[in-house]
Amino acid sequence: MAFAVWAALIMLFLFFPIVIIMLYAFNPSNVQSWPLPGLSTRWFSSTWHNTEVRQALWLSLRAGLLATGIAMLLGTMAAFAVDRFRFFGREAVSLVLVLPIALPGIITGMALNSFINFNSLTFSLITIVIGHATFCIVTVYNNVLARLRRTQSSLVEASMDLGADGWQTFRYVTLPMIATALVAGGLLAFALSFDEIVVTTFTAGAQNTLPIWIFAHIRNGQQLPQVNVVVLFVILLSVIPVALAQRLTRDTGVLRSGARAPAAGAAPAVGTGAVP
Amino acid sequence: MNAAARTRVSAALFRRPWLRAGLLLSGPAAWFVLVYLGALFLLFLSALWSVDSFSGKIVHSWTFSNFETLFNVSAYRTIALRTIGIAAAVTVTDIVLAVPFAFFAARIAPKRLQTVLFVAVLIPLWSSYLVRVFAWRLILSKDGILNWFLGNVGLGSINIGYSNWAMWIVFSYIWLPFMILPVWAAIERVPDSLIEASADLGARGWRSFRSVLLPLIFPGIVAGSIFTFSLTLGDFITPTLVGGAGSTFIGNVVYQEVGISNNVPFAAAFATVPLVIMGIYLLVARRLGAFEAL
Repeated sequence: MAFAVWAALIMLFLFFPIVIIMLYAFNPSNVQSWPLPGLSTRWFSSTWHNTEVRQALWLSLRAGLLATGIAMLLGTMAAFAVDRFRFFGREAVSLVLVLPIALPGIITGMALNSFINFNSLTFSLITIVIGHATFCIVTVYNNVLARLRRTQSSLVEASMDLGADGWQTFRYVTLPMIATALVAGGLLAFALSFDEIVVTTFTAGAQNTLPIWIFAHIRNGQQLPQVNVVVLFVILLSVIPVALAQRLTRDTGVLRSGARAPAAGAAPAVGTGAVP
Repeated sequence: MNAAARTRVSAALFRRPWLRAGLLLSGPAAWFVLVYLGALFLLFLSALWSVDSFSGKIVHSWTFSNFETLFNVSAYRTIALRTIGIAAAVTVTDIVLAVPFAFFAARIAPKRLQTVLFVAVLIPLWSSYLVRVFAWRLILSKDGILNWFLGNVGLGSINIGYSNWAMWIVFSYIWLPFMILPVWAAIERVPDSLIEASADLGARGWRSFRSVLLPLIFPGIVAGSIFTFSLTLGDFITPTLVGGAGSTFIGNVVYQEVGISNNVPFAAAFATVPLVIMGIYLLVARRLGAFEAL
């Protein structure tokens, strides 16, 4: 009984701030104090028409989509290499891929910053994408690898025996097997990219992604009613992909170990599915 | 490409596994070596360089001056100790919060509730970090919910909005799911029979917990502590948003040195502090068997 009460309190603790911050989006006043004087949606339309917010959102979406695309390609390649072949340094692949998340964000951010300076690149969408793709690869890799470990390579051999060439085998046998894991990995990569801030501050220069816009405005106390609305939107947009990914990968359940887990150096290979 | 040529190419590839492996690895390997590992190496090399105070350019000659500054200037020692101290406090807090919860979730809750709880732990884990820090900033602020509540129950008001207390609460909140998940997994793996045997031998609840369960789930706790500790060590957003005047973290200094003072060598030197600490921590954690529990 005492345990049940404790669990209920922890649930309250976990969700209380999230509920509160969502309520603040409906705060009619521009003073951020409790109790709220009422509930209204009066800030929604001005936020929607705020060009700064639109630009930041647009930048975040483009960066997220491009980074996710690169991560899906490179992460899948790495997962296939590790699953299908034995080679020198194979054990180290997981560790290296998780490093950008495992190391404290400031270290990854500084490293990418020095890469940009060293090559005299100017800050642009490309530099943001380079940074995001680097830490997103591991989410796709973990998901696809977990799925590949559950599939039998005999299916591929059977397909080749029946006369399919490599491309046909990939298209009609392998891809359908990994499709949901690949999509799940992509969704997680997007969610990760969409609200990343620490690494982005080192790779964006003067550009505003949505989290950077939020951070700057919270810090300076500007346009807080609109920040609240944006925040509500960000919560919804980051939870939906995760919920979808969870449905898609019920069998392998990589969600918990994979993406966010920093310092999970040894985890990706192991932590695939201990919890329900 | 026509069908015959395609068959020839795939046959050629099929006979040469090293070629297939090489092609698959080339992309990710090139990306990581060029973009990341090289830059990481360069970064820590630059900790041994310095910045010419006159021109602001980086001087490429070897020096330990950055590390000497770190050791000799007491402000930096204070900042490092504060960062480590709060990271440790957050870790302990999360252990205390997570263990009973994970015990309930893994052993007492019925199956359906378990699934609900699992998703309920994942949602905060994945919803925006920045947003959750902001939520606490509003809750703890002077005219936020906390003081409204305290006022209504007649306890007056407290002013912890921008302080180390606020950082302790917020960090504990943000990283709690990272502690719950490995501890949950560890508790789930303990066979029922061991707990029953302990009870049969006359151990009460607390004794069973301390002498049987705790040693078995200890690797899981250490695994969780890797996250809570490392994440707190490397943060600068939370100290900026909910910290006060005396709440500077290693991350804040690093951020300022890179973004404002443009002194990358010194920032790199200071960033080696959390890196070395985490290196040692991970070695110890591996000895304690935490990696199998991740």
